Amino acid sequence: METTTSGNCAPEAAICARGIARDFEAGQTTIRVLHGIDTDIRPGELTYVVGESGSGKTTLISIMCGILYPTEGEVKVFGTDIYSLTDTELVNFRLKNIGFIFQQYNLIPSIDVASNAAVPLIAQGMPREQAREKAKVLLDKLNIGNQADKLPRQLSGGQQQRVAIARALVHEPRLVVCDEPTAALDASSGRRVMDLLREVAVAPDRACIIVTHDNRIFDLADRIIVLEDGRITHDGKEMPDGH
Amino acid sequence: MLWIAIRMLTGDAQKFYGLLFGIGFSTLLITQQMTIFVNLVERGASGVYNAPEAEVWVMDPVSRTTDVSYAMPATALDRVRSVKGVEWAVPHLRAVANVRTKDGDLEGVAVIGVDDATLIGLPERMKEGDKSVLFAPDSVVIDDTGTTRFFPPEQSPIGERLELNDQRAVIRGIADAIPSFTSTVVLYTRYSNALNFVPGTRNRLSFVLVGVSEGETPEAVAARIEAATGLQAQTREEFSQAGVNFIIENTGIPTNFGITVFLGFVVGIAIVGLTFSLFLRDNIKQFGALKAIGVTNAKIVQMVAAQAGLVGMIGYALGVIGTVAFIRGFGANPFFKGFYIPWQIPLISLAAVVVILAITGLIAIRSVLKTEPASVFR
Ligand SMILES: Nc1ncnc2c1ncn2[C@@H]1O[C@H](COP(=O)(O)OP(=O)(O)OP(=O)(O)O)[C@@H](O)[C@H]1O
Ligand SMILES: [Mg+2]
Repeated sequence: METTTSGNCAPEAAICARGIARDFEAGQTTIRVLHGIDTDIRPGELTYVVGESGSGKTTLISIMCGILYPTEGEVKVFGTDIYSLTDTELVNFRLKNIGFIFQQYNLIPSIDVASNAAVPLIAQGMPREQAREKAKVLLDKLNIGNQADKLPRQLSGGQQQRVAIARALVHEPRLVVCDEPTAALDASSGRRVMDLLREVAVAPDRACIIVTHDNRIFDLADRIIVLEDGRITHDGKEMPDGH
Repeated sequence: MLWIAIRMLTGDAQKFYGLLFGIGFSTLLITQQMTIFVNLVERGASGVYNAPEAEVWVMDPVSRTTDVSYAMPATALDRVRSVKGVEWAVPHLRAVANVRTKDGDLEGVAVIGVDDATLIGLPERMKEGDKSVLFAPDSVVIDDTGTTRFFPPEQSPIGERLELNDQRAVIRGIADAIPSFTSTVVLYTRYSNALNFVPGTRNRLSFVLVGVSEGETPEAVAARIEAATGLQAQTREEFSQAGVNFIIENTGIPTNFGITVFLGFVVGIAIVGLTFSLFLRDNIKQFGALKAIGVTNAKIVQMVAAQAGLVGMIGYALGVIGTVAFIRGFGANPFFKGFYIPWQIPLISLAAVVVILAITGLIAIRSVLKTEPASVFR
């Protein structure tokens, strides 16, 4: 297991998380779901976060990608202390640097596939047609270029998830986060999606974190972080024995 | 992003049409009811509008409108004529009478006696016949509303006889008149004739109609008449306003129409509010994803505002077109004769639409703004 000292971030780290804790109010009581997480995420690697349901995986990556404030601790993404930014700065930081892939895809049902994939570029202010052209290049790479003019509901689940991957990568973000990207897919489409994701999302200057408990795809990871009750209990190339 | 917002909205046909219906229905109800209200209360001034030559109306101090008047002694006419600035002054009689129609029905009518020599007091235009037909003996001119009340559409009333308070009257023309508030049938006849038709009381001069000399204003002449004669004198504008006010003060009409307009507003808020909230709730995941990806709340507000704006514009247009179609469609009905949409009314309903969308939009958007971007991972 790698040792990291609090407050001391390696300059090449994509994400540097120090002392991350997060509390949730549950009625009268406060529950701490993350207990002082310290870890670095390196670019050029496909990093998995795995663990039992409720162990805090989603909470951890939400904090790492700037959509959930930690109760304690500090997160630097490519050197930027993201939680010291103002709200608007943080939103714009995400728009520029982070790609998201959700379990439910969350595509917009009434616009076609190319426009869905182009959303981050459109949000950045790129003219729609130009953004769509860029998105189509990526859709081609993901083998769904011929579906570009269809509506999301006309596609299979695996195809929709590939649209979501295109949307996550179209603006060439340096960090890609995925929460259970294969949970809604059958085994073979899940694997195909992961193969593609590995192919397009892993780059020397880009980090990719995937939350999953889909053991069918564990062998595709470069690094696996195991969470148990809000603490990191394993960090290595393979799954620990007994899982 | 606004393009995406619009597509999100139009892509959900059911809710889109629901929203259009809500706005369109509210606009229609508000515009149409206010139009009917305004036109209806303006009928309180129809007696004034139907005697367009009169610039000043002179009457007993207790008289209030063309239909609520107390007769003056016949000498009033000469007293008015002697006031400086009065170019001409003619007698005008307004009374009620009973008519027995050919089928034996009894109907109350208004009898209007116009000046024997000049026929001043008649409406501006005739629909059939010439104004001069009134010079024939026993001659009356009926107004067009009365025609539809008394006669079937295929029958021409010209030449028909009526029994008017036991006197013989012959219809020789049809006047193109604005109907009165109560749509009472109106018979115009010469003043001397009218005195025969209505049972004799001592004073039968309801009004003196006055034209002012060149270089004089009606206001100044009216003031002078009041000072010189002790009678009440009102300009055309004042007297028509008095007729409108009388309707407003003495009928439940403002309350009734006010309630309907208010209901139109409330129904609009209810339909639009519910549909808009449902629409945004249905799309909350997509909005959450957009927020996570990096769309600011300000941008989200713009998106929702664009959606509201589109619904507002189309729905409002439909509502106004519906009102115009309604007024046009019923134009042949004498009740709606001369109805028009005052320009202020579409502006008022536009303001109502803006308020409805602002209220419902603000309520609906709260859920979107409150959505944590982190919720997209759940
Ligand atoms: N918004 C919230 N409010 C209250 N409690 C929360 C909230 N989000 C998460 N939790 C709690 O925090 C704990 C960790 O949740 P988290 O979603 O991070 O788990 P997870 O490892 O992603 O689980 P799963 O595999 O089921 O997705 C859970 O006990 C959960 O109930
Ligand atoms: Mg989770």
